[in-house]
Amino acid sequence: MDKVKNIIDKLGIPRLIIISFLLLLFIIAIASGLAIPPLIGDSIRRVGMAGILVLAMIPTIRAGMGLNFGLPLGIVCGLLGSLISVQFNFTGFTGFFMAIIFALPFAIITGIGYAWLLAKVKGQEMMVGTYVGFSSVAFMNMMWLVLPFTNPEIIWPIGGTGLRYTISLVNHFSGVLSDFLKLSIGQFEVPTGLILFFVFFCVLLYFFFKTKIGLAIDATGANEMYAISSGINVKKMRTTAVVISNCLAAIGIIAYAQSYGFLQLYNGPMFMAFPAVAAILIGGASLKKATISNVIIGTILFQTLLTISLPVTSQVVDGDISEVARLIISNGMIVYALTRGNKKGGK
Amino acid sequence: MNPKTDYKNILIKNAVPIFFAAICIFGVISANINMSFLMSELISRLARNSFLVLSLIIPVIAGLGLNFGIVLGAMSAQAALIAVTHWQYSGWEASPLSAFLIATLISTPIALIAGFLVGKILNKAKGREMITSMMLGFFANGIYQLIFLVLVGSVIPMENRRMMLPSGVGLRNTVDIYRTSGNALNNIISVQAGTIRIPVFTLIVVAVLCVALYFFLRTKLGQQLRAVGQDMHVSEVSGINVNKMRIIAVIISTVLAAWGQLIFLQDIGTINTYNSHEQVGMFAIAALLVGGANTKKATIAQALIGVILFHTLFVVSPLAGQSLFGIAQIGEYFRVFIAYGVIGVALALHAWKKNK
Repeated sequence: MDKVKNIIDKLGIPRLIIISFLLLLFIIAIASGLAIPPLIGDSIRRVGMAGILVLAMIPTIRAGMGLNFGLPLGIVCGLLGSLISVQFNFTGFTGFFMAIIFALPFAIITGIGYAWLLAKVKGQEMMVGTYVGFSSVAFMNMMWLVLPFTNPEIIWPIGGTGLRYTISLVNHFSGVLSDFLKLSIGQFEVPTGLILFFVFFCVLLYFFFKTKIGLAIDATGANEMYAISSGINVKKMRTTAVVISNCLAAIGIIAYAQSYGFLQLYNGPMFMAFPAVAAILIGGASLKKATISNVIIGTILFQTLLTISLPVTSQVVDGDISEVARLIISNGMIVYALTRGNKKGGK
Repeated sequence: MNPKTDYKNILIKNAVPIFFAAICIFGVISANINMSFLMSELISRLARNSFLVLSLIIPVIAGLGLNFGIVLGAMSAQAALIAVTHWQYSGWEASPLSAFLIATLISTPIALIAGFLVGKILNKAKGREMITSMMLGFFANGIYQLIFLVLVGSVIPMENRRMMLPSGVGLRNTVDIYRTSGNALNNIISVQAGTIRIPVFTLIVVAVLCVALYFFLRTKLGQQLRAVGQDMHVSEVSGINVNKMRIIAVIISTVLAAWGQLIFLQDIGTINTYNSHEQVGMFAIAALLVGGANTKKATIAQALIGVILFHTLFVVSPLAGQSLFGIAQIGEYFRVFIAYGVIGVALALHAWKKNK
C-alpha cells in the first residue's frame, strides 16, 4: 500500500490522470478496431516535430526564471529565417540549414534584449514573458505586411498586400529531415532524420549542462546568493540561458515546419508556448527543476495523447472533443504547476 | 514646491495616458475622421465596456494584480444568457428586460462559485497571481467548450434547432439575442442627438457602479482589502484574514465581470458562443492600463479614461492605417499590438520599479 502511495506522490495526481486517460484511449482504440501502427507512427512524428520547442523550456527553468512563456519570440525569428531561405530559393538540406543560419542572428539579438528585460522584472518573468511572446507575434503581424519579400511563393499572387498566411515549403525544405533514413514497415512509418535531429539536441543540451557554463547556469537557478559568492556572473548566465532558449525555439519551429510542410505566419505562433509548457510539466518538470528526460517523457505522453484522442474519441462521441481535451489537459497542467512551486510565493 | 516641478510631476505621473492621447490625436488627424462618427462610437463603447473594466479595480487594490480571471465571470454571463435565450426560443414569452434580469439573476451564483474557486487557487499561487489567473481563464475556456460544444445535446438534454448545430450536439458559433434580450438596458432610456444615439440608462448603470465602488472602498471591508494589498504580512499580524480578503476581492470582481459581460452582450446583440468571452480579459486589462493604472494601483478615473483612449485607438487605427500606409490591415494589427504591448510594458515597468 505504501508503495502505491509513494508512486502516486511521486507522479502527482494530474500526471496520473493523464496517464490513465492515455491508457483508456488505447484500450478504446484496440477495442474499436482502429489500426494502431499508423497512430503510433503519427505520434512519433509529432514528438519529433514538437520536441525541440519543449527542449527550449529547459535553460530558463534551470536558470531560475521559470517556464519560457515568451517562446513565440524565438518562433518568429525561426519563421523569419525560413522566409529568407525561401526568398533565396535554397532547397533541400541547404534550404533547411540556411533557414537556421539566417534565423540564429535574429534569435540571438532578440534573446539578448529579452534577457535584459527579464533581468529587470525578476519574480514576474513568466507573466512578462507571455506578453513579450504575444506582442512579438502582434508586431510581426505588421511586419509581415510590409517586409520587402519578392519571391512569388511568399507574397500573394495578385492584388493582396504583404505575405501569405501559410507558405508551402514543398519546393524548399519540406520533409528533408523526416524523409532522411525514413523507415517504413507496412503502415508504420518512422521519420528517422527528424527523431535523430531531436535526439541530437537533447544530447547537446545534456552535455552543455555538464560544461562550466552549464553548471554555472544551474548554480544560478539553484541559489543565486551562493552563485554570486562563488564568483559566477549571474546576469551573464541568465542571458546565456535565455539566448539558448530563444535559439532552440527558432530551430524548433524550423524543424516543425519542415515536417508540417508549411510556414504559418500571422497569428499562427501566438499560442505555441502553451503546448510546449504543458508538455514539459506533464513530463515531471516543475517551475524550478527540469531535466532532458522530463522533456522526452512529457513530449511523448502529450503528443501521443493529442494524436490518438481525435480518432479515438470520434468513435465514441459526436463533436470534436479532442481540441477541448487538449485545452483542458494542457492548461489544467499549467495551473496545477503554478499553484505548487515554492510554498511561500514568489516574493 | 514650486509650480514648475509640480507641472513636471503631473506629466511624469500621467505619462502613459498622455502618450496614448497623443497617438489618438495623431490618428484622428491623419485619418481625418468624422467627429460625430467618432463620438457616437465612443459613447456606445463607453457604455458597453466600462463595467467590465471597472470590475478589475478591486483585485488590483487587494494586491492580486490584474485579474485575468474575469473571463470566468464573462463565461458565467454567457452561460446564463444562453439558457435564458433557449427558454425564450422554446416558447417562454418574456420581454427583453425581464429576460435580461433573469439572466443576471442566474449568472450571479455561477460567477460567485467561479470567483470563489479562482480565489482559492490564486491563494495557492501568491506572487504568480496574474499568470495563474490567465491560465485559469484558458482552462475554464476548455470546460466551457466541453459543456457547450460536446455535452449540450448529448449529456445535457437540449433541443433547439435555431441555436444548435445541425447534428443536435453543441451550440452554433453565434446565438442571436437581438430580439430576445438585445438592447434590454439601452432601451430603458435612450436619447437620440442628431446621428448620435446615447444609451442613457446603461451609462447611469455604469455611473452607479462607479459611485458604489467609491463608497465600498471606504467601508471597513474596503479598507481591509486595501491593507491586504499594501502588505500581506502586516495585515495578517493585525488580525485580518488575508486569504479570505483575497477571495472576497476575486469574487466581487468575477460577479461584476459577469454583469459587465451581460451589459456588453445586450448592446452587441449576438453571442459569439466560443469567442465573445475570450478577449474580454485582455481588452479590459489593456484599457485599464492605457488609462494609467498599473498592477498595484488603479482608480475609477483611470478605468474610464482608459476606456475612452483605448477605444478611440480601436476605432481610429484601421482608418489611420488606411490613410497612412494604404493598408487598413496594418491598423488592425497595430491595435492588437497595442493591446498586447501595453500590457507587456505595464507589467514590465511595474516589476522593474519593484525591483529597484
